[in-house]
Amino acid sequence: MKNKKTRNLLCTLLLAAVLLGLLLYIDNSDLKSSMLSAVLQKGAIYALLVVSMNLLNGFTGLFSLGQAGFMLLGAYTYAILTIPVAQRANVYQYFDGGLVQFQMPQLPALILAGIVAALFAALIGAPVLRLKSDYLAIATLGFAEILRAVIQWEKLGPLTNASNILRKFTGYSSILFPFIVAGICIAVIVLLINSTYGRAFKAIREDEIAAEAMGINLMKHKMISFCTSSFFAGIGGALLAMFQHNVQAKSFTTAMTYEILLIVVIGGIGSITGSILGSFLYVACSEWWLRFLDNPTVIGTFKVPLLGHGFRMVVFSVVIMVIVLFYRQGLMGTREFSWDAIFAFFGKVGRFFKGLFGGKKTVKGGAVNE
Amino acid sequence: MNNPVLRLENVTMQFGGVVAVDDLSMEVREGEIVALIGPNGAGKTTAFNVVTGVYAPTNGCLYLDGKPYLCEHPRGRGKREYLGSDAEKFAHQPTLRKTPDQITKMGLARTFQNIRLFGNLTVFENVLIAKHMHARGGFLAATFRLNRKEEARMRREAMELLEIVGLADQKDEQASSLPYGQQRRLEIARALATDPRLLILDEPAAGMNPQETVELTAFIREIREKFNLSILLIEHHMNLVMDISDRIYVLEFGKLIAEGKPDAVRADPRVIEAYLGVDLDA
Repeated sequence: MKNKKTRNLLCTLLLAAVLLGLLLYIDNSDLKSSMLSAVLQKGAIYALLVVSMNLLNGFTGLFSLGQAGFMLLGAYTYAILTIPVAQRANVYQYFDGGLVQFQMPQLPALILAGIVAALFAALIGAPVLRLKSDYLAIATLGFAEILRAVIQWEKLGPLTNASNILRKFTGYSSILFPFIVAGICIAVIVLLINSTYGRAFKAIREDEIAAEAMGINLMKHKMISFCTSSFFAGIGGALLAMFQHNVQAKSFTTAMTYEILLIVVIGGIGSITGSILGSFLYVACSEWWLRFLDNPTVIGTFKVPLLGHGFRMVVFSVVIMVIVLFYRQGLMGTREFSWDAIFAFFGKVGRFFKGLFGGKKTVKGGAVNE
Repeated sequence: MNNPVLRLENVTMQFGGVVAVDDLSMEVREGEIVALIGPNGAGKTTAFNVVTGVYAPTNGCLYLDGKPYLCEHPRGRGKREYLGSDAEKFAHQPTLRKTPDQITKMGLARTFQNIRLFGNLTVFENVLIAKHMHARGGFLAATFRLNRKEEARMRREAMELLEIVGLADQKDEQASSLPYGQQRRLEIARALATDPRLLILDEPAAGMNPQETVELTAFIREIREKFNLSILLIEHHMNLVMDISDRIYVLEFGKLIAEGKPDAVRADPRVIEAYLGVDLDA
């Protein structure tokens, strides 16, 4: 038992070290502006967004579709607070430099982005969390849509720059930054899920009536889960803004929420490692591996049919349908990644090959007996 | 003799034009096992749902350890359409509506007629979750593990409870994978984990064979001794009810028609007429 624990810890440390080394290498080489680096960064940011949505949908059983709204709040809060004062006249060119005339340091602004998202969650949570299943989904979806429209409102221009783009805010220089922030945030979410409050969330997911009869205050616990999820969605939104170097309300559409929900489902509803794995695979697939399908290709004189703009999404949709059809529970189900399972798998493979050779031996033995 | 743990005062529950429970007054005293019986449709389950706070009564007050936790009287349109009695009795009292979780915190724990365990979680987690309501640390303290002592205490108590009910060996199994009898046992253990004063069991023997019912009877007696409990149960199995109860209340069409010790109730002509005559000899 203890041996296994040390082995698992060693494996985890080894994996972390290898990943860190890889990231450091990419960070300090020509690869930094490559597709690989972009996919890794976006994957890390999506991992945080997906895990925060999984906390709500997968662990508390609240089907909410407000993710894009909270990301928008986080992204805008961060962007507005960290544009250098000297650049404001340029960015807010239609609004005389805007209302905010100071610049906050990066980390406080990042935390504030989460807090603003959580505050809005608390505000709409009181009425909305009384709804169940589909109704909750529709209400939160409506909230996100309304928010997107309100932010683009001309009257709010001095604050939000209306429908114009926000840019020139503080970014990050090392590609390690999103990994560190997302890593810390995911670790906090995991700690919450494994605490007594996390168990109460799972109880609500399993059976609301029984949970209430066990003395769990439904409203309070749903609120904690909703606000925590929104807090990290806000931080994720801010990270996404940094990654894109600019932010515009109209890009935070419902499609973005669906994208994240899709990864939650693919990774496994109620599995953190599934969410993380799913994020990287999804981003790599949609942004990188299937890119070639969008380019008309000519091999010799033969023009490959169908390849062309938009075909990537067709193939991508098919891939996703196949995953959903054949992995009903998502890649991980509700299980988590564990070294024990990996070693057990290799053990099985080993035994299988042994069995192959062992099988031959018994056949030989049989022949001798005859 | 003993103080009443649970007391119902003139409780009436009306749905539209149907009075499901009519002017029900009863009490469960400290250390007692009390049964509420009656033919199908007599209003037992409605009474149960009022006691546990699932429904707010139309009229009447309920007390736990002498403290009121539900108190209602008909008002407005409800008053005009009210078909029960004592409409004015509670009019001067403030309305009180505690939610089920608050009622559980006051010391009333329940089980469900159709078992409601947290099926995908382990046996141990099921009991541990019931310990959550006494947790004093906030969610930030819990997230950053500042409540180590409390967490350790919760785990220890949950484990002790599993040992008492004899499910310690199955602690890591999924709750839904247990056999039926053990699921019932686990549900009772989960209710006990909230440290109740009063345990109410909704048809605990439903779907059990005679052997399992005998075991359940012994089990209920055992936990009453060990946890110093009062127990209220709704049941169809007459053997279990007559065997275990200190007192019995009989409902018919929402009204209380008899009350007393098992032998007295068994001999009561109204009860025999309403319900027991056939069943008891069978």
